[in-house]
Amino acid sequence: MLVDGIHDLGGMQGFGPVAHSPAEPVFHYEWEAVARALLMGVADAVDASGGEFRHAIERMAPDHYLTSGYYEHWLTAAATLAVEHGLVTRSELEARAGGRFPLSGPVRAEPVVDPGPDVDEPRFAVGDQVRVREWHPPGHTRCPRYVRGKAGVVVRVDGIHSLPDVEAHGSARRSEPTYSVRFAAADLWLDGQRGACVHVDLWDSYLERL
Amino acid sequence: MSDDAHHPAPLSPIELRVAALEELLTEQGLLPDGFIDEVNRRFESQTGPMNGAKVVARAWVDAEYRARLLAEGTAAIAELGFGGPEGHHMVVVENTDAVHNVIVCTLCSCYPWPVLGLPPSWYKDAPYRARMVREPRALLAEMGCPLPDDVEIRVWDSSAEVRYLVLPQRPPATDGMTEAELAALVTRDSMIGVSRL
Repeated sequence: MLVDGIHDLGGMQGFGPVAHSPAEPVFHYEWEAVARALLMGVADAVDASGGEFRHAIERMAPDHYLTSGYYEHWLTAAATLAVEHGLVTRSELEARAGGRFPLSGPVRAEPVVDPGPDVDEPRFAVGDQVRVREWHPPGHTRCPRYVRGKAGVVVRVDGIHSLPDVEAHGSARRSEPTYSVRFAAADLWLDGQRGACVHVDLWDSYLERL
Repeated sequence: MSDDAHHPAPLSPIELRVAALEELLTEQGLLPDGFIDEVNRRFESQTGPMNGAKVVARAWVDAEYRARLLAEGTAAIAELGFGGPEGHHMVVVENTDAVHNVIVCTLCSCYPWPVLGLPPSWYKDAPYRARMVREPRALLAEMGCPLPDDVEIRVWDSSAEVRYLVLPQRPPATDGMTEAELAALVTRDSMIGVSRL
């Protein structure tokens, strides 16, 4: 089973230099603008949540994800959602495209039927020490792998927001507070750089009190 | 040009796939006329780093605005007329002599659209997302932003609903400049935090 998707890139090594350019166009090719609009159009047509939309990208085959750019990710997610929601079929897409049309892999997580009650009040306050749960869900999550099991301190309490892990997998919803949690780089990485810290924004149920 | 019009270049495989999905959705009436232009036009004309630059310049010349911006980013940015998708929960982080901030999205490509527009390719590609949380000092130096060892680096991974904007330090020798002249000095990269002004 594919868990811990390829999109969860924080801290992975071996990628080499950043192809940085101080100025670049919004779109490099016309098709990129079209692909962007297609995902927005499909997401509207099937009423996809933000979580479902992101998970459609995250389910791409790892080799396809790493060898394609951002707007090819969007196109693949748009086509995948359109097929999964019955708007088009893969064979129709391939017939029109005159060749293979790679789609994302299947959803591995079960639909969420009962997400439990909303959390209306923050459990943690600024300055609280917390630890991130160590778990590896088969579906969508916004808890990056590189902070799981790590201890940090709450630096900001934000609003109450829909939990992506629930909204990506069905029509049920659960809302929880989110927090910005500060981790010392040395606590995240054995080779963590001195004088650096990383802040990650995390939903309430990702955290436990230390 | 007329030769091109008569003999257009054959479409690449990715262009064929985009056209296939576009046609099939259009035939079902799922893409209203003008939809594609509509969803992208504002990102090519009305939204971009020029908006964030106005916010930064205002903060440099108006201490009360700066205080509001750091306390309630979304509301202060809205005072200048900027807001919307990917900008509903803004947090502005301030660079000082002792602290340098930089933003990243390790899981996808979250970015403050109303003030910076759509993100550049390098921000969305694997090397930046993988490396900025692990070796920020080395990566910043490699990208042309070396920092003294005693400057603390704060990396902000946009993993939930908040979107971040870096408030760069006002450059030296700009005392006599107008707000508009100051805004012209502010670069996209300085508001992501991969350069200093």
